[in-house]
Amino acid sequence: MMQRIKPFDHLILIIGALFLIAPVVMAFMSSTHSAIDIHSNGLYFTPGSDAVGTYGKVLTHRGGFTGDVTGMRMLMNSMIMGLGFAVGKIVLSMMAAYALVYFRFRFATLLFWMIFTTLLLPLEVRIMPSYQVMSTLGLLNSYTGLIVPLLASATGTFFFRQFFRSIPDEMLEAARIDGAGPYKFFIDILVPLSRTMMAAIFIIMFIYGWNQYLWPLLMTTDESFYTLMRGIKSILQVWIGSQIPDYNEAFALAVLAMIPPVAVVVIFQRMFIKGLTESDK
Amino acid sequence: MAHLSLRNVGKTYAGGNQPAVCGINIEIADGEFIVLVGPSGCGKSTLLRMVAGLETTTDGEIRIGERVVNTLDPAERDIAMVFQNYALYPHMTVRDNMAYGLKNRGASKATITERVNEASRMLELGPYLDRKPRALSGGQRQRVAMGRAIVRQPAAFLFDEPLSNLDAKLRVSMRMEIRKLQKRLGTTSLYVTHDQLEAMTLADRLVVLNQGKIEQIGAPLEIYRKPASTFVASFIGAPAMSLLDAFIENGAITLEGHVLAQIGNMAGPVTLGLRAEDLRIAKEGLPMMVEHVEELGAQRIVHGTIGAQTLAVIDTGEAAVQGAVRVAIDPDRLHLFDTTTGQRIESKRQTARELAL
Repeated sequence: MMQRIKPFDHLILIIGALFLIAPVVMAFMSSTHSAIDIHSNGLYFTPGSDAVGTYGKVLTHRGGFTGDVTGMRMLMNSMIMGLGFAVGKIVLSMMAAYALVYFRFRFATLLFWMIFTTLLLPLEVRIMPSYQVMSTLGLLNSYTGLIVPLLASATGTFFFRQFFRSIPDEMLEAARIDGAGPYKFFIDILVPLSRTMMAAIFIIMFIYGWNQYLWPLLMTTDESFYTLMRGIKSILQVWIGSQIPDYNEAFALAVLAMIPPVAVVVIFQRMFIKGLTESDK
Repeated sequence: MAHLSLRNVGKTYAGGNQPAVCGINIEIADGEFIVLVGPSGCGKSTLLRMVAGLETTTDGEIRIGERVVNTLDPAERDIAMVFQNYALYPHMTVRDNMAYGLKNRGASKATITERVNEASRMLELGPYLDRKPRALSGGQRQRVAMGRAIVRQPAAFLFDEPLSNLDAKLRVSMRMEIRKLQKRLGTTSLYVTHDQLEAMTLADRLVVLNQGKIEQIGAPLEIYRKPASTFVASFIGAPAMSLLDAFIENGAITLEGHVLAQIGNMAGPVTLGLRAEDLRIAKEGLPMMVEHVEELGAQRIVHGTIGAQTLAVIDTGEAAVQGAVRVAIDPDRLHLFDTTTGQRIESKRQTARELAL
């Protein structure tokens, strides 16, 4: 049924949209001006002339104390973190959920609730012991050390568990009669059926990994492991003497840092919705 | 192709003190179509799932062919099963759904293609082979589920209420198709249903289950004509057989003070079973007060009371039926049951003359 357009509703929606978009536009527009302009005139809502120079510099300029960490490098590191987190968490939590739902073993429920309660503990609570373990294992300054300790995901396990429980038992029984063992059932039936779930969790976990700040800060001292989040922070830290911080570069980095998560959401959202409308159990 | 035998089979769930199923003895000949029928909760599905290997068997022995399969995995039992909700793999095409079992068993590509094509021809699924199950109607999904069973060429088919999710009309046509297909393939089949009509029309032999025990095994007509207990009598046949409290004294059976027939059985109270189609509304007979009439088109079912007891009568007449009518009884078609055990008592009729009351 067509609804009559109500001007007031639209007004509220437009204000809401503007409210959310304005900071992003402002960051982008400001990033195209020089740092001095920003420092003297404040933030901009109009495009400037320095866009190419600033973005080029941000991506290729060798910065940091050692002078060999570029924007590209940071972008890559963040990408590795985001993808590693998302993929690793999905694989791990799917397997955990599979074990919890489909195998009868002692204390399964207890185990599940133990995993579930870790949801209540934020990363910061266990950051020191985690650091110590990684340090003992000699995994500081490595991608393994950055990614692996945070892979166990109660959220993912919980979601997959609920999803697996919603799959009718007959599916398992039919597969058993069809001669599919536990491994085949997982790969041939469960994984394809979980595509929607996987897309949803991928979005959440990629952004979670992408936005990590504290953990990489602790785990890595080598500048070649810098992520974008740390890069932005370090640009704004240079208040030495009368030097003006490179606001434009910080804005440019922030804009760059936004693009991959947005892309992931857009791409996987489409898959996610497609999966939702297609699946018919 | 194989015969199937259940010997003293039973199951008690862990933690349960009463067996869900017990003392089941059925010998199923090669190619026979057996229907397990009973009300919900009678253990018929449990029994089927035990044969399939989806439930453990705690007592007795299940044989498929010459093999005792009690401890074998479902995949090793050489059976195929059709589920109530079809349990098709939603992400696979019809072709892949049918081929999956064969693929897992390492059948060659040529064999798989050949069998799938043959099954799809038999079930008229040819045009749908590359569709996903969600793009099919209920009846077509049901066929795919059948196809998945057929391609495997198993020793036995197991059906778990496969028609319950279909609408009434489709159910009738699928019922005939299943029967034809089974005849053609000659595969031993075990079929579970709660629908007595489905059971009657499909079965070579019926197994009526109640509370985990077999009430009666026999050909559909045999069970219909000679129900072994009040349970079977009221479960098989529609409308249900009317069961009335009657009395035998002085060599005659009396209902609410009316003598129905001369009978040689022991005197005492007895449960009298009367099928609606063995009764008719006539000029003479038992007086019945009509309560309501179910119009079915070809016939109507007249529900009424004799004394305080209810009775159903089938009437094919045109005239309106209401108030007090008289019901004639064929004394050869009386069913007698023990009042305490509910078991059938063979009536010892002395004379076969219709009684005028």
